[in-house]
Amino acid sequence: MLALLLLGSGPTRAEQPPAECRVAENLLESSFRLPQVTRAIEAKHLNVLVVGAGSSQLPGSNSSGTASNAGGNAYPARLQHALAQQLPDVEVKVTTDVKAKRTAAEMVKALPSALSASKPALLVWQTGTVDAMLAVDPDQFSQALDKGISIAHSAGADVVLINAQYSPRTESMIALGTYAEDMRWVALQHEVPLFDRFSIMKLWGELGTFDLYSATKKLDIAERVHDCIGRLLADLVVTAAKPEEPSVNGSR
Amino acid sequence: MAPVSTERDLRLDLFRGLALWLIFLDHIPSNAVSWITIRNYGFSDATEIFVFISGYTAAFVYGRAMRQHGFIVASARVLKRAWQIYVAHVFLLAIYLAEIAYVANSFDNPLYTEEMGVLDFLKNPDVTILQALLLKFKPVNMDILPLYILLLVWFPPMLWLLLRAPSIALLASATLYALMWLFEWNIPAYPSGTWLFNPFAWQLLFVFGAWCALGGAQNLSRWIHSRVVVGLAIAYLIFAFAIAMTWYFPRLAVYVPKFVGDAIYPIDKTNLDVLRILHFLALAVITVAFVPRDWPALKSRFFWPAIVCGQHSLETFCMGVFLSFAGHFVFTEVSNRVLTQVFVSFLGIAIMVGVAALISWYRHAERQGGGPRPPAAKPGYAGGDA
Repeated sequence: MLALLLLGSGPTRAEQPPAECRVAENLLESSFRLPQVTRAIEAKHLNVLVVGAGSSQLPGSNSSGTASNAGGNAYPARLQHALAQQLPDVEVKVTTDVKAKRTAAEMVKALPSALSASKPALLVWQTGTVDAMLAVDPDQFSQALDKGISIAHSAGADVVLINAQYSPRTESMIALGTYAEDMRWVALQHEVPLFDRFSIMKLWGELGTFDLYSATKKLDIAERVHDCIGRLLADLVVTAAKPEEPSVNGSR
Repeated sequence: MAPVSTERDLRLDLFRGLALWLIFLDHIPSNAVSWITIRNYGFSDATEIFVFISGYTAAFVYGRAMRQHGFIVASARVLKRAWQIYVAHVFLLAIYLAEIAYVANSFDNPLYTEEMGVLDFLKNPDVTILQALLLKFKPVNMDILPLYILLLVWFPPMLWLLLRAPSIALLASATLYALMWLFEWNIPAYPSGTWLFNPFAWQLLFVFGAWCALGGAQNLSRWIHSRVVVGLAIAYLIFAFAIAMTWYFPRLAVYVPKFVGDAIYPIDKTNLDVLRILHFLALAVITVAFVPRDWPALKSRFFWPAIVCGQHSLETFCMGVFLSFAGHFVFTEVSNRVLTQVFVSFLGIAIMVGVAALISWYRHAERQGGGPRPPAAKPGYAGGDA
């Protein structure tokens, strides 16, 4: 399977990403398109807004601003880097609105101003962890997702949802299940792609790509995980934004 | 209406025992072995089986007590049982607090700064422990016992009604279920949200179990064994299986017509979705149709481990919750290889069986030895457990 994936990535790529995180390609499949992103790529100018909570940043990174300024190694910055590589002749700009400990409803409140500030073609929305930790009513969580997606769509932005991280040590304390299922279902209903971070990270854990049980206090694993998330997210965005019938193996 | 048979139905013990095993497997996070549990292949899971059979045995044991000794004595026994379960719940809570306090002190990976916020409640134990004793703060996977406690506290008047007018009692329960959906009743939880298992919803399955125990099953038996019903049940199980497959293979999701998806999702566990009830009923119909009450294998050694667990359900359940904590602890501290997961799963079930057998032996010894008090019930009636 690994070999197949390696073959899949075209030789035109300037910098080969480490193959180690590309073990979850089937988890990145999405039948939903990102028409605004397609248009933005054609116009050679792509603005992305990442809205998220604590798992969209790394310790030491600033909360919001331009991705490259705010904490160079969290996944929003890696996304910008990967998108810029995959779309060499497009001007890519990723801005972030990331604050720890926010529920989906709290993020929705801040969404209109963030959208009007950066006018993105794509909203990448990471949520679910804090709602699960606080055991927010699942109905209210779903309604917040509905509302956020509608706000983004009416502001002319496509949406990609990102669910919670897979965190094996806290699994017996945070019941992510319901919230992950709600996100999957809301994504289906609104026909927006879901970046299934939870399943991807779980697979990494199982395959030994990353030791997610590690009790390390150092940043290196965290940075590599975020780097991979940024790359895979870029893969998903670029594939879903392809104008014509999606080709399986990146013949760009 | 008298219970139709006084012969103990071993199928109840068997399936409750199996349900307890499945709950244990499902409660170990990231357990590869939990792939075999029924929640992956349809809408309902072991919780439905457990609640239904608990209702059934509660009516069986306390219904007889109420008929023989009256309302007050039977109610007192039900409430005593509820108290026992409360004490068991608090005991598990203490173990849980010990586990997470350990994790809080030993784990500091920067990747999971956000997730570690879940341990913030350790900073104000005054509030948390009080809320836990009030059954409002319930750690993950510790929701079933509080539900059970509430259902038992509320059971005496329901049992009284069930003994006099079973149809009206069942109707009342179904009405409560319907009103719950209409007015969105639930009990608040701490720090936010509501009970994961809404008692206003799950009481329906409990009462339905009780109703079946008090003669309802006999009345239904002509329906249950009809070919049409069995056929419908099989068709529904296949449908649920097909839908469940789309959860694991998103590629298949495109084959689910939009109107079907709109109709069935979300499948609500908190409020015991009708689809879940139907799935449980379909499983029950198939079980009753293919596993006869007097099936000789029920008395064989092969099924004994599950049956003995089902006969001592409270102890086995608590053991299962504790072992699932312990199993997760092994995964984090020792190894999370699949082989370890299989080993931990089987060892856990073996320990559950061992504990249940030990309790069985104790009860037997107490009876034989003419302990301080005479046995309250006939030997082994649902293990004396409700």
